[in-house]
Amino acid sequence: MARLSIPAVELMRSGHSACPGCGATLVMRYMLKGLGERTIVTVPACCWTVIGTPFPTTALDVPMLDCAFEATGASISGLRAAADKMGLEDVTIVGFAGDGGTVDIGLQALSGMLERRTDGIYVMYDNEAYMNTGVQRSGATPEGAWTTTTPVDEFSRGKPEPKKDIMAIVAAHSPPYAATVNVAFPEDFVKKIAKAKAIKGPRFIHALAPCPPGWRYSSEKTIEVGRLATDTNMFPLYEIENGVYRISRKLGVAKPVAEYLKTQGRFAHLTAAEVAGIQAQVDARWKRLLALEGLA
Amino acid sequence: MVELVISGNYAQSYAAKLARVQVASAYPITPQTSIVEKIAEFVASGELQAEFIKVESEHSALQACISAAALGARTYTATSSQGLLLMHELLHWAAGARTPVVMGVVNRAVAPPWSIWTDHTDTMAQRDTGWIQFYGESNQEVLDTTLMAFRLAESVEVRLPAMVTEDAFYLSHTVEPVDIPSQEQVDAFLPPREQSSTLQVGTGMRLGSFTGPDLYMEFRHKIARAMARARDVFLEVEDDYARMTGRNHGGLLPTYKADDADTVLVTMGTATTTARGVVDAMRADGHRVGLAKLRTFRPFPTQELRDLASQVDRIGVLDRSFTFGAAGAAFTEVAGALYTGPHRPLLRDFVAGLGGRDVTEVTVREAFLDLLTRDAPESQWVELKSRQEAP
Repeated sequence: MARLSIPAVELMRSGHSACPGCGATLVMRYMLKGLGERTIVTVPACCWTVIGTPFPTTALDVPMLDCAFEATGASISGLRAAADKMGLEDVTIVGFAGDGGTVDIGLQALSGMLERRTDGIYVMYDNEAYMNTGVQRSGATPEGAWTTTTPVDEFSRGKPEPKKDIMAIVAAHSPPYAATVNVAFPEDFVKKIAKAKAIKGPRFIHALAPCPPGWRYSSEKTIEVGRLATDTNMFPLYEIENGVYRISRKLGVAKPVAEYLKTQGRFAHLTAAEVAGIQAQVDARWKRLLALEGLA
Repeated sequence: MVELVISGNYAQSYAAKLARVQVASAYPITPQTSIVEKIAEFVASGELQAEFIKVESEHSALQACISAAALGARTYTATSSQGLLLMHELLHWAAGARTPVVMGVVNRAVAPPWSIWTDHTDTMAQRDTGWIQFYGESNQEVLDTTLMAFRLAESVEVRLPAMVTEDAFYLSHTVEPVDIPSQEQVDAFLPPREQSSTLQVGTGMRLGSFTGPDLYMEFRHKIARAMARARDVFLEVEDDYARMTGRNHGGLLPTYKADDADTVLVTMGTATTTARGVVDAMRADGHRVGLAKLRTFRPFPTQELRDLASQVDRIGVLDRSFTFGAAGAAFTEVAGALYTGPHRPLLRDFVAGLGGRDVTEVTVREAFLDLLTRDAPESQWVELKSRQEAP
């Protein structure tokens, strides 16, 4: 029997109010397994505002401080400063925000926190649209995806623009550690969180969080869809440690992106030509990532 | 106690240092900058052992303070004008989360057109956010009130954020002699904050949360009650402060020669000092006039105004801001407080000193003479240039 490397501790309770098959709940669960109980989480407006359950209940066994939508980075800095002044130097401060709250409205505060070298972890759980408000496109929505604000009709073919590369933006701040994780690869996920925990300074985790209602797939397929995201190179797993790139999972030959796209209703309208265009972009990004890894 | 000749901005900085602020966070804006520059110097020299988080916006400055205060730290920030407006969302947040952040605000007009000079539009626009608001008249009052603001904001009966404002340049960049209380005195007056009982490491508690229609009103009502309690708590805090320093600035609505007056002008901030001279001169001419200073705007001194209304015939409000489509912001509040009270003297609204236009003795006298002789329902813009072009 294989030995599991994932800690048994559960700091997120099953009594939460997420949709069935929600990837964002797994991100929180694995993150807390990796960080342990001496953790304070600060959360802006996002799905987790609701998933965390209403007053006077909470789904977490660690403290959670709600903060303004666009201010997660600043909230991390404030908590870190207070913790350091109050004898809580050993506590891990983590900001836990969605993709819209990070790559769009929260980008400035994130940049500030990275530039200030705040000793904290920023986790972006990426379900690739404003899901809490009902599937509106964000800067992290991939090209071609249907959302309620990028409909599919005569004059609209889903989102026309490519996904914003938040890891490149983060890397431009030269943090000591940044990594991508995927709920479909929990060992890799928890290993990276534990690694991040041991490092001082600003750390960033980009976590893929498949979303059944937003991506339009059946809720039991979250892990399957998540695996395909990585195994088609749509969402490569890698880390950047002090500027050095290392890809965490490489297949000899990646699966075609069509296998990933066809699992989700949000891509169902794409023509063979459009899929080929996405494939070409994925191939180019992968080549670039290999080149970045080669710089080491 | 030692006397220093310092600006209103440095009065803020010295108060923050004496309060032993643990976390400060700020973003530069004219004319607030020298407050935080001085704090940076205090931190650099070790005189103040605080974490000073140099953020990338005012919005982040206040969020950093709120999160630090939520954990139990004593926090301070300072801003002005556009910066305060950018913070607006977080002002609501600070009050809703019941974090006792203290903020210095240098009152500055709002763009466009750009103006770095004083008026009260910026802070008046924050009146519904749940912040305690003090308006300073002198640098001494700014320092004393800032220290009192920490004690008031942090008291268990209140637990609300507080701002202490000063008029741009008239106080922010004008030096006056200021008595600085000793560190020992302030330590006795203002004990350290305690760590949050909500955000306890290792326990599952959530601060902020969300709630449905079943409880939201009750949360709001708690803030309303806390603000109502702030009135009495402040009077106790000021008594304590006066015992320590011998200085009492007169509660929520200090008056000047109002006891036997039949006509009173309500003022805010530095215009009050000018108006005192006008009162003296007009009294020499036989007019029974006096002043009432809105030192606190939140909590609003409703009871004090009603008491004043019981003994005067006419009240004018000298407003340094205007609520478009209505009247001066302070006037509407005074009118609201008095209409529901037992005494309703004649009320007049005078708008003056916007964008740093000097409120001189001539300005105040013009308002007083108009108040004494005329009844008019509309707001009177004092000393408006006469050439008014078409829209």
